[in-house]
Amino acid sequence: MSTARRKPPRVGDNPLFRRLLIGIVLLLGALLILAPLIVIGVEAFRQGWKVYVATLANADTQHAIMLTVITALIAVPLNTIFGVAAAWAMTKFDFRGKRLLLIVTEIPFSVSPIVAGVAYLFVYGLQGIFGPMLDAYDVKILFALPGIVLASMFVTAPFVARELIPLMQAQGRDLEEAATSLGASGWRTFFSVTLPNVKWAMLYGVVLCNARVMGEFGAVSIVSGNIRGQTNTLPLHIELLYHDYQAAGAFASASILAVIAVFTIIAKVALEGRGAGRRVKPATILVTPETRP
Amino acid sequence: MKIRLDSVIKTFETFRAVHGVSLEIESGELVALLGPSGSGKTTILRMVAGLEYADEGHIYFGDQDATDIPVRERGVGFVFQHYALFPHMTVAENIGFGMKVSKVKRDKAEIAARVADLLRLVRLEGLGDRFPGQISGGQRQRVALARALAVDPKVLLLDEPFGALDANVRHDLRRWLREIHQELGITTIFVTHDQEEALDLADRVVILKEGKIVQQGTPQEVCRDPKDAFVMKFLGDANRLTGEVRAGIAHVGGAQVAAAGVPDGPVDIFARPRDLDWSTHGPGVAATVERVLDRPGERRVIATVSTGETLEFDVEPEQAVEKGEAGFVTLRRAKVFSLG
Repeated sequence: MSTARRKPPRVGDNPLFRRLLIGIVLLLGALLILAPLIVIGVEAFRQGWKVYVATLANADTQHAIMLTVITALIAVPLNTIFGVAAAWAMTKFDFRGKRLLLIVTEIPFSVSPIVAGVAYLFVYGLQGIFGPMLDAYDVKILFALPGIVLASMFVTAPFVARELIPLMQAQGRDLEEAATSLGASGWRTFFSVTLPNVKWAMLYGVVLCNARVMGEFGAVSIVSGNIRGQTNTLPLHIELLYHDYQAAGAFASASILAVIAVFTIIAKVALEGRGAGRRVKPATILVTPETRP
Repeated sequence: MKIRLDSVIKTFETFRAVHGVSLEIESGELVALLGPSGSGKTTILRMVAGLEYADEGHIYFGDQDATDIPVRERGVGFVFQHYALFPHMTVAENIGFGMKVSKVKRDKAEIAARVADLLRLVRLEGLGDRFPGQISGGQRQRVALARALAVDPKVLLLDEPFGALDANVRHDLRRWLREIHQELGITTIFVTHDQEEALDLADRVVILKEGKIVQQGTPQEVCRDPKDAFVMKFLGDANRLTGEVRAGIAHVGGAQVAAAGVPDGPVDIFARPRDLDWSTHGPGVAATVERVLDRPGERRVIATVSTGETLEFDVEPEQAVEKGEAGFVTLRRAKVFSLG
């Protein structure tokens, strides 16, 4: 008798099926994701370093980069504050319309950014609701930085809140109640108890939020007016260059966004190692079912 | 500090958790709020702490009306059921937190010295640098207590203090908490659904049901003289039989038991498993053995009476009893509640 026993196959363990499936995924991943990224790199440097540097040194490109950075510097902190406040309100308080608020904060995920852009046009545009009033006071929102920031914020509003809500829900109110009963003020409780326990999740949200703000095209393209050297963010600038048949410039600019993406992914993976982005209760929060006699 | 609750009412949305509870707790007393889930015991504790506000009624700390004093200024030490230790702080930082955020400024050396004292008190010397995730459940419980004691509270409040612990750890901690209370003499209220815990630990037990106090007294008072069937059943295993009282004697089947002061008529008879005797000959309540459960210190018999009621009682470990055996149950003592 042979001692080598045949192991009963597990579900989906057929070698042919397994190799086929893995092969398909690898092939599609290479074709759909990796190949375009490589093309960006190759095309950006096709005419050599000098052209690449010269393209990036172009005044309009520089301005587009600056504008993108400024937008992110304003929109990301504001949305972080919004996200923390929304998550705090939704997990630590009970009030009417809590579910509605939760749904409202998720709207930007389900609405096409273009729709947001058009909506802003309708609200702040010259023919819009507040348009004439803003114009009378000479406040420019549309086709200027405020409009770009607002549109970016709309699109990225849920990012931080979404990361924090499940975590803060799992943590409950006990820690805050404990801190308060020990005499800590509200701010003190927030900064020394709440924040340290959600900081990695918050950073995770911030990283994703930042990537989206810098890469946002649809909503911003509507409200910015696409004025070269004035209201063009990096993604809009890339489109403009492309339409001008300046392939090298378009790819060089795109390479910056690609680099940002790579750094985002590195940060994301590092933060996930810290426990952020998981939908599980942290091990330090002990919730054992009560034992009733 | 003496604590007094005066007709306190609390309603959550449509559910009334506490129905006009009045209660006095003497300075230095150790009191248990005992009740099943939903009896409002935790809500009462949280109202004393200031974590919930009473809808009506008043809570006094000594002569001061504390009803509207926010939790931050109320000066209570609260130990949460799941301890609520700050996971990102070490044990020492957890204990020192209250002193660090206090309006009374203390320097670092002073806080460190007090933390060391408290660690000694809760017998956790040497564990100050650990994080809560690195210590056992029983140790976390003691850290939570030390943290609550660090702010010199007027009253110590514990929510199900041993609820999340193993049975044997629970037993040790119970005795230890009693010792700490003796040493510090601080007014202490704890909430539990475990009657044994309440009776072992407390000077006085307050039994709650559906947001009302059913009975309060020393463990001896509530055990020996339960006021009604609920208290009787809640405090421990109890057998229920229906019978009839005639001239101060309750009759059930062929058995009799004293029922002094109970008016004649139909009654509920409650008896603890230890207060029933089993014999193979009458008189008594005829019953058939369904099961025999062997436990380290006792032999428990589950038997069915001809009227369908199930009785549980203990016999001597040596006594031979078998499933299916027929015999008679007599009552040594019982509580008799009139149904009239």
